Amino acid sequence: MIDGLLIGSVYGLAAMGLSLIWGVMDVINLTHGAVIALGMFGMYILFTALHVNAYLLLLPIIAMGLVFGTLVYWTSVHWVIGRPQLSSLLSTFAVNMIIIGAGTAIWSTSPYNVNFSVPGFTVGLYTFTGNHMAAAAAAVIIALALELFLYRTRPGKAIRAVADNREAAELMGISSTTVLALAFAIGIALAAASGALVSTLFPFTILSGGAYQLKSFVVTVLAGLGRPLGALAAGLLLGLLEGAVTPFIAVSWIPLIEFGLFVIVLVVFPKGIFAKATA
Amino acid sequence: MSSQPSTDAAAPARKSAPSASRGPSVPPASRRGGILLHPVFWLTLVFAGLMIAVPLHGNNVALREDLVLVAVAIILASNLNLMIGYTGYVNFGHIVFYGLGGYVGLYLATVRHWNLVLAALAAGVSVSLLALLFGVGILRLRGAYFALATIGVLVAVHSFVSNFDPFGRSEGMYVSFDSYAPLGGPMRALWITYFLVIAVMALSMILSLAIKKSKFGLGLFAIREDEGAAVVLGINARVFKAVIYSLSAFLPAVAGALMFYKNGMIDPSIAFEYMLSLEGIVMLMLGGQGTVVGAALGGGLYERLRSYLLTSPRLSNFHLVIAGGLLLLVVLFAPGGLIGWLYRLAPRAQRVIE
Repeated sequence: MIDGLLIGSVYGLAAMGLSLIWGVMDVINLTHGAVIALGMFGMYILFTALHVNAYLLLLPIIAMGLVFGTLVYWTSVHWVIGRPQLSSLLSTFAVNMIIIGAGTAIWSTSPYNVNFSVPGFTVGLYTFTGNHMAAAAAAVIIALALELFLYRTRPGKAIRAVADNREAAELMGISSTTVLALAFAIGIALAAASGALVSTLFPFTILSGGAYQLKSFVVTVLAGLGRPLGALAAGLLLGLLEGAVTPFIAVSWIPLIEFGLFVIVLVVFPKGIFAKATA
Repeated sequence: MSSQPSTDAAAPARKSAPSASRGPSVPPASRRGGILLHPVFWLTLVFAGLMIAVPLHGNNVALREDLVLVAVAIILASNLNLMIGYTGYVNFGHIVFYGLGGYVGLYLATVRHWNLVLAALAAGVSVSLLALLFGVGILRLRGAYFALATIGVLVAVHSFVSNFDPFGRSEGMYVSFDSYAPLGGPMRALWITYFLVIAVMALSMILSLAIKKSKFGLGLFAIREDEGAAVVLGINARVFKAVIYSLSAFLPAVAGALMFYKNGMIDPSIAFEYMLSLEGIVMLMLGGQGTVVGAALGGGLYERLRSYLLTSPRLSNFHLVIAGGLLLLVVLFAPGGLIGWLYRLAPRAQRVIE
């Protein structure tokens, strides 16, 4: 249960990236899972090369995520902004195929892991695993930093302004293209960071990102498109749910449950989904 | 999202839709004789005939095995086109129908000893009904939300079948050798299933053509352009979408039953191969979504390209990279695909090639 809660904070972090891009630019970023996987491998490569504290390596991974995100934005997303959603779905999905294809060619689909552990501690009957605690702490810190960025700094406020009303923001002198590129880059960096955190918890393959992508969709839909802390809370909820059901059913059923949750939430709480369409 | 035209990716097809709705500009032949007089109908028959005659001449089994993959690609792309190209709903999990059809068909043909054709038809019908059930649920979602839900359907069905006892859980099922006996032994059985797959391919293209030329098809195109407006104009969008989603499941399921029977085995990771589902979208975009010939052309060409890449020692690892790059280029620079490009070169071609 508590492990579930701790992992949930990482789900929340992953979902924040998706939710930011979705909310600001109305693009559903299908490269999300692939970038999470890239984050895992980024951590693996840096860690095996440098052998320093894995959590310190989050900083270069976030930086690389920003650069990579900007690159993806200018090559494939910028041109489809304002076109119907089908185009951006397909273009981000094409990038996803390229990343997965290249990743499979380089690393094959065999599992890797990052050999780094933080000593845990025991309270009463329960042992807290160090890695889970540290990953959760890192996720919460990043979430708080993002929240501060969006609400307390000028570029953060510009992102929210563009999300609210792009035309109006442009009239106020905000260059929406720069803002969109920035938001996309941050979203990608968050995905990479969450992948890096996951890699300290479980073994992973280049295809592992897909499962986290699905979880991110569920979390995003649960939280609605809004504040990062909302996504964090919804991530915790999902992690808690997983922790609560796993003692009773086989792990292979979990995707079924998550998907069921996704559809039920969308169908039962369609607010914001049908709002534009029924006009 | 649908307050704007919902797929500018299909600009050329959009041009053709209104021209079809202006009654007089529709060639009178296609009105009176129905699709029987349409050139694409005959093109399909000739193509299917060639697909059968060429490998049969000289009993060329290697060529047959290449061509059967082309036929399957065309079946998947054509039926996916009914959703993506005609209705504007992206289905990322289309392969579910193919895989489930394979499971149901194999189960009926080997465990229950049904006749192959009967088993395949039963697979088609049952998977369509299941799709109708799914559709009622997830077609309440629009646009990108629907697309995400279809990924979910794929994941959910995969994890269900992996835990389902009658279907052999994650080990899958095998076709015992004597199951081929009713068709006159394995050698003949493989040829017979090949002919049946080609027939399903031809039916897929004819079905696409028939729907495109019908009022039902016009309704779907209206939903694609602007679902809200279509509903106001009296189109029962909910029923239309559910029917087309279910219909797009039928022939892939039949093909799945035939193909997995022919291959002799099935397991969840082969049946619900996510990548194949995604490659179906690449095929469709490459050829030209919304057009009958485009879907078939894209399916055939892409499958040949893929086989070439997979067998080439240097490129085999990169076939997904190349496919992804191709898709990106098509989406960004040529949203109409090959047929869209043809339409731009020769606008009159729109009259003949659908």
